[in-house]
Amino acid sequence: MAEVLVYVDHVDGAVRKPTLELLTLARRIGEPVAVHLGPGAEAAAAVLAEHGAVRVLAADAPEFADYLVAPKVDALQAAYDAVAPAAVLVPSSAEGKEIAARLAVRVGSGIITDAVDVEAGDEGPVATQSVFAAAFTTRSRVTKGTPVITVKPNSAPVEAAPAAGTVEQLTVTVADGSKGTKVVSRTPRESSGRPELTEAAIVVSGGRGVGGAENFPIVEGLADSLGAAVGASRAAVDAGWYPHTNQVGQTGKSVSPQLYIAAGISGAIQHRAGMQTSKTIVAINKDAEAPIFELVDYGVVGDLFEVVPQLTEEVKSRKG
Amino acid sequence: MSLRIVVCVKYVPDATGDRHFAEDLTTDRDAVDGLLSELDEYAVEQALQISEDADDAEITVLTVGPEDAKDALRKALSMGAYKAVHVEDDDLHGTDALGTSLVLAKAIEKAGYDLVVCGMASTDGVMGVLPALLAERLGLPQVTLLSEVSVADGKVTGRRDGDTASEQLEAALPAVVSVTDQSGEARYPSFKGIMAAKKKPVESWDLEDLELEADDLGLAGAWTAVDAVAERPARTAGTIVKDEGEGGKQLAEFLAGQKFI
Ligand SMILES: Cc1cc2nc3c(=O)[nH]c(=O)nc-3n(C[C@H](O)[C@H](O)[C@H](O)COP(=O)(O)OP(=O)(O)OC[C@H]3O[C@@H](n4cnc5c(N)ncnc54)[C@H](O)[C@@H]3O)c2cc1C
Ligand SMILES: Nc1ncnc2c1ncn2[C@@H]1O[C@H](COP(=O)(O)O)[C@@H](O)[C@H]1O
Repeated sequence: MAEVLVYVDHVDGAVRKPTLELLTLARRIGEPVAVHLGPGAEAAAAVLAEHGAVRVLAADAPEFADYLVAPKVDALQAAYDAVAPAAVLVPSSAEGKEIAARLAVRVGSGIITDAVDVEAGDEGPVATQSVFAAAFTTRSRVTKGTPVITVKPNSAPVEAAPAAGTVEQLTVTVADGSKGTKVVSRTPRESSGRPELTEAAIVVSGGRGVGGAENFPIVEGLADSLGAAVGASRAAVDAGWYPHTNQVGQTGKSVSPQLYIAAGISGAIQHRAGMQTSKTIVAINKDAEAPIFELVDYGVVGDLFEVVPQLTEEVKSRKG
Repeated sequence: MSLRIVVCVKYVPDATGDRHFAEDLTTDRDAVDGLLSELDEYAVEQALQISEDADDAEITVLTVGPEDAKDALRKALSMGAYKAVHVEDDDLHGTDALGTSLVLAKAIEKAGYDLVVCGMASTDGVMGVLPALLAERLGLPQVTLLSEVSVADGKVTGRRDGDTASEQLEAALPAVVSVTDQSGEARYPSFKGIMAAKKKPVESWDLEDLELEADDLGLAGAWTAVDAVAERPARTAGTIVKDEGEGGKQLAEFLAGQKFI
């Protein structure tokens, strides 16, 4: 059976959920072979094996951290040459897309980005994409070379499918030309302790209506009562009330949770682009005419400073 | 020595318009007004700031696109770019990302460059891969997704804010840069700028000028094919209540009914 390369997104060996979703999709096309770059391959391999990786190709080199993107492309290409896969699946993170794109040029393949589903087809894998701010869905194929497809988080269920997951060392030579962009320093982001925005089952977002950084704890309080991630509109981010990493929308994160709650957000097209595919949408806004209400399953026209705290209390007491 | 900056800008259908697909499943460019992609205004802005800090810099704005894409070039010129190049050819209709990067790379080489500046993504395709593709094709360092950028002493430096860390990057010129919408508001063209733009040179190149064959370009030469498009079914109208003092509780009731609590 043909093998499918899956690029592993992880933090020091802790595999992130979107990679496990990719293993589910890869098994529809062939046998998943995971590519793990950086430290922690042994720990990661156990998890990858549980979710269907037949092999784990591992490489670690200081260049992966010292230079931007290109050394990882060298490594993925080495894996590609070793495996001759039927397809390459990469998580749709900013870096993932860049790695995938450069690999595509090198191996002479077409690329599809931000797929929300991948299925086997008669003429190779078929990718579903959500386009024009999620107003349309398209079905596409790569027609030249080996399909290289990047896939968004929350696009497939995580499934247990035990496989061997044998770790094999991948030999990588980082080309001089791949050392062009030096990472001079790196400041890690402090973790909020809340779920990852793109992976969360529930997201609670605040917008300009929240009125100031000092009020964002109201949004966070609701999020914590529900075990949710916190998002923000660009207006809230631009005002400096919440970090840019939490921005939802076209130039922020695109999220597709089971439940999205928008508080004090009008629902501009660029915001919708990042949340319109959420399963259930709820909004709290004092303007009955706000476009966000066109999307909602349930909307409350009211002042978020009244409604949100009451909701939070009610959630807490119901959860006991 | 002068610093030659090429800014890649895309002409896109207005995102606030009712965007559709044409019969051949390419983006319908007739139904909705087009404009310079807002995210590329940030690229023009950063290029202008870099040029203002340099002794002697020259900004060329470059687009691959249909005839109307000239509007996007004009806008960039009115912001302050020096000249423009429009790559236009009937054989380009339907070209995908890999093909576009091929054409842009050739045009950048022909124009001459020390620094290539792109936006973070186009507002229609939203792939965000062109800058990486250009770096690969041109064999240049990729310094992308910067929220802060500067050029000095033959080096470009910048800050890339990722999910897990914020990175300080550095590369020697020539290099390919892309900037995010966090890099700083783009300026509005002044009246003087708009008048001056009318006299600035706009060159038009076709595939022959770039010594490119159409094999890997256009709809037929694309590396990917769109087989089907479907309008997303409209969301069924939801329940909307007015808060009369119990709105939070009513919402909790709904969430409980949906098994979220
Ligand atoms: C190229 C480009 C990219 C963009 N990318 C993004 C993006 O990624 N994400 C994004 O979000 N935006 C993005 N935008 C901006 C977008 O167009 C909107 O400006 C933005 O989403 C507005 O944020 P908002 O809804 O919080 O603010 P507003 O539009 O000002 O809405 C605030 C809402 O809060 C309500 N409100 C006020 N007070 C209260 C209260 N006490 N209780 C309840 N409701 C209240 C108001 O009725 C109003 O509806 C982008 C724009 C461009 C041009
Ligand atoms: N047709 C085009 N002409 C010129 N520049 C483009 C074109 N398409 C994309 N770009 C540049 O590449 C960036 C990323 O585009 P994309 O990968 O399509 O999202 C844009 O912000 C532009 O700077």
